[in-house]
Amino acid sequence: MIRLNSKIPDGPLARKWTSYKASVKLVNPANKKKIDIIVVGTGLSGASAASSLGELGYNVKVFCYQDSPRRAHSVAAQGGINAAKNYQNDGDSVYRLFYDMIKGGDFRAREANVYRAAEVSNQVIDHFTAIGVPFARDYGGTLDTRSFGGVQVSRTFYAKGQTGQQCLLGCYSSLNRQIKKGTVKMFPRREMLDLVVIDGRARGIITRNLVTGEIERHSAHAVVLATGGYGTIYYLSTLAVNSNASAAWKAHKKGACFANPSFVQIHPTCVPQLNEFQSKLTLMSESLRNDGRVWVPRTKGDKRPANDIPEEERDYYLERRYPAYGNLVPRDVGSRAAKERCDAGYGVGDTGLAVYLDFRDAINKQGKKAIESKYGNLFELYKTITGKDPYEEPMMIYPAGHYTMGGLWVDYELMTTIPGLYAIGESNFSDHGANRLGASSLMQAAGDGYFILPVTINNYLADQIRVPKIPTDSPEFEEAEKSARERLAKLISIKGKQTASSFHKRLGKIMWDYCGMTRNEEGLKKALVLVKELKKEFWSDLNVPGTINELNQELEKAGRVADYFELAELLITDAIERKESCGAHFREEYQTPDGEALRNDKEFAYVAVWEYAGEGKPHILHKEELKFEEVEMKERSYK
Amino acid sequence: MKLTLKIWRQKDARAKGSFVTYHMDNVSPEMSFLEMMDALNKKLVEEDKDPVAFDHDCREGICGSCGMYINGHPHGPVPGVTTCHLSMRYFNDGDTIWVEPWRAKPFPVIRDLIVDRSAFDKIQVAGGFISVNAGAAPEANSIPVRKKNADEAFDSAICIGCGACVAACKNASAMLFVSAKISQFALLPQGRVEAKDRVRAMVEKMDELGFGNCSNTGACEAACPKKIKLTNIARLNREYYKAY
Repeated sequence: MIRLNSKIPDGPLARKWTSYKASVKLVNPANKKKIDIIVVGTGLSGASAASSLGELGYNVKVFCYQDSPRRAHSVAAQGGINAAKNYQNDGDSVYRLFYDMIKGGDFRAREANVYRAAEVSNQVIDHFTAIGVPFARDYGGTLDTRSFGGVQVSRTFYAKGQTGQQCLLGCYSSLNRQIKKGTVKMFPRREMLDLVVIDGRARGIITRNLVTGEIERHSAHAVVLATGGYGTIYYLSTLAVNSNASAAWKAHKKGACFANPSFVQIHPTCVPQLNEFQSKLTLMSESLRNDGRVWVPRTKGDKRPANDIPEEERDYYLERRYPAYGNLVPRDVGSRAAKERCDAGYGVGDTGLAVYLDFRDAINKQGKKAIESKYGNLFELYKTITGKDPYEEPMMIYPAGHYTMGGLWVDYELMTTIPGLYAIGESNFSDHGANRLGASSLMQAAGDGYFILPVTINNYLADQIRVPKIPTDSPEFEEAEKSARERLAKLISIKGKQTASSFHKRLGKIMWDYCGMTRNEEGLKKALVLVKELKKEFWSDLNVPGTINELNQELEKAGRVADYFELAELLITDAIERKESCGAHFREEYQTPDGEALRNDKEFAYVAVWEYAGEGKPHILHKEELKFEEVEMKERSYK
Repeated sequence: MKLTLKIWRQKDARAKGSFVTYHMDNVSPEMSFLEMMDALNKKLVEEDKDPVAFDHDCREGICGSCGMYINGHPHGPVPGVTTCHLSMRYFNDGDTIWVEPWRAKPFPVIRDLIVDRSAFDKIQVAGGFISVNAGAAPEANSIPVRKKNADEAFDSAICIGCGACVAACKNASAMLFVSAKISQFALLPQGRVEAKDRVRAMVEKMDELGFGNCSNTGACEAACPKKIKLTNIARLNREYYKAY
């Protein structure tokens, strides 16, 4: 039975990180050279962690499934990255950024972690600037910022609509510098198949070379997972189509607890589905809501073209319902409001599953050029996908699965419940509570990788300096490799009729229908049955052509979908268990008379931490009580 | 729409490849090119045949994974889009479409439409960075950058590393790719410190890996899905000249 210890340092909130750093154990440079660290994933958190650990002098091995570390899906983040610089003199501060995140997360995140994320945000901006990330600037040469949802200050640094790409390429360049120095060794086109645990500690991973099919063993003194979120459990999402939860899930089955799996953010502004073969839903950055106004017709089923609908017949429902924040309400609120209008029959487009995001007023007021300089590439992206020009007619948007606040449980040091196994970036659960605010994922991922993990990991490794290089011929490695091989063989031997993707699509539909933007007990219980049935069908009617010992993309997909079936059950179980509405988790049974989320702080102010109990056995629920010492839990109002 | 596809199939780097013909019915004009390929692969797997291997990931034109020669054009006939964003509405019922991998010596075929682009990473490893450790950065606004320079640096920095420029060039030159990174850093004061070492190291690595000389035809710019400008190559040449 696992006992949770969040290891939050004593003392006042604003002093915790400083006092932690002053007392944490250190590893001297000569000893660092003797220690191996594995990092899985090369997104913003993985690449920044790997390069920083390399800079410190550790031997780092880093893995990604793509052909190059530069392709990790952080690359697709659009709008920006937050920091508490207060360059605008608009009253921003570390405390305010912290408070906005705690409130935005609907009081379901850990205070100390969130405060620290806000605290290191300024260092992240300094670092990115120094390594040449071309953030937008003002005419005087200083950095520019813009506003994002859920806040009333302007603290989001950006590089047009490609902030994620620019930050990721910055991390990629730091990584390359260490590869050249020889401190980091890069293994692209590798998929992690299992975690190796020896005497209760994470000691290595089993990988598959995706080109040759070879199964490989890699050992280390510590393993860092930076493997992102599991939004593709909905099949259609804003994520890269190959994004998956398999590495995190394998670690979970080896003893790393999974926290708040049902906290999934549905992003309000995505291009709606156009055809049945659609493979993904493209995000339209939240930054667009700075100037775009969201509306639907006042009359049900109004089929006139948007531009023919006069002003007085338009319902700017966000401005109507939330006058204080208007179009800049947080994502969960914006998504539900869109669903509410569409479910009530006011949706637009062929399917009725879309709302307008209109730039007419902004273009009239600021001129086309000003809008183009802010959002030019996003407008082009929209036109490329839909064939329609948003300068001429409003965009059509609809919510889509986006970011997972849930993930592997970690303590203050970002260590999971397996000693020596760390989880950073989106793969952990820690900083966003039940809902993430825009532009804080890049902030958290880079903060974890550059400035937090490289400090906290020493506390563990200081006790490992006498441990020699870990051999890969131990029974634990043997066993892990054997079970990984058996699983691949099992997938390939089914020889049924259906593709992995077709199962994935059906799983995604169940999850979206019953465990998406809103949930209720009856639907969730039904979903649990449906998922189990589909899982059975998967294991009896899947077809994977080819062999294990070659490049085999169908086999890769099949393995990921197989893991998603298991995660789906846990996600639904978690949603059933949490009998309250908070942030992105909206249970229809628990809402205020005017349709807002109704929290239950008395019974549910905890992190749901799930322990794997073995094949076919129900997960064990542990509760990490959330203690709020600094802030008072309030109703989260944006009115 | 009904389409005839002529797709390059090749088992691995050593095997001999050839074009194989496939017929597709019911292609919707709203599909992307890769979604059309997904539909083909679904059909093939259901017939227990090997699906066509191709690289792809984000499906929103930013990761740079996808890329294939479509009717003789890298990423297809529409300028400024990646293969994942190429819409089937640009094709007509009854069309025959030829699909090939990138063809360039430094990008050997791995399987079907997948090529090995690790040469690009090697060039970046040689010098595509600014040497500042985490923790060593000065306050961000202590380095003012002229807005015009910052904007131009951004325009160069948006390269997605897909390899279309190399594939389009008759010399398989990587000048556009290399010049984009050189320009980004040359335009920023942060990058000036190591400018000479960087340009020497990256150009040397590019040559070593077997990329050809610039053909001066501008085929790279025309093929670039991110519209990276040829003027970057001019800047690369100036920077290179200054470095010796």
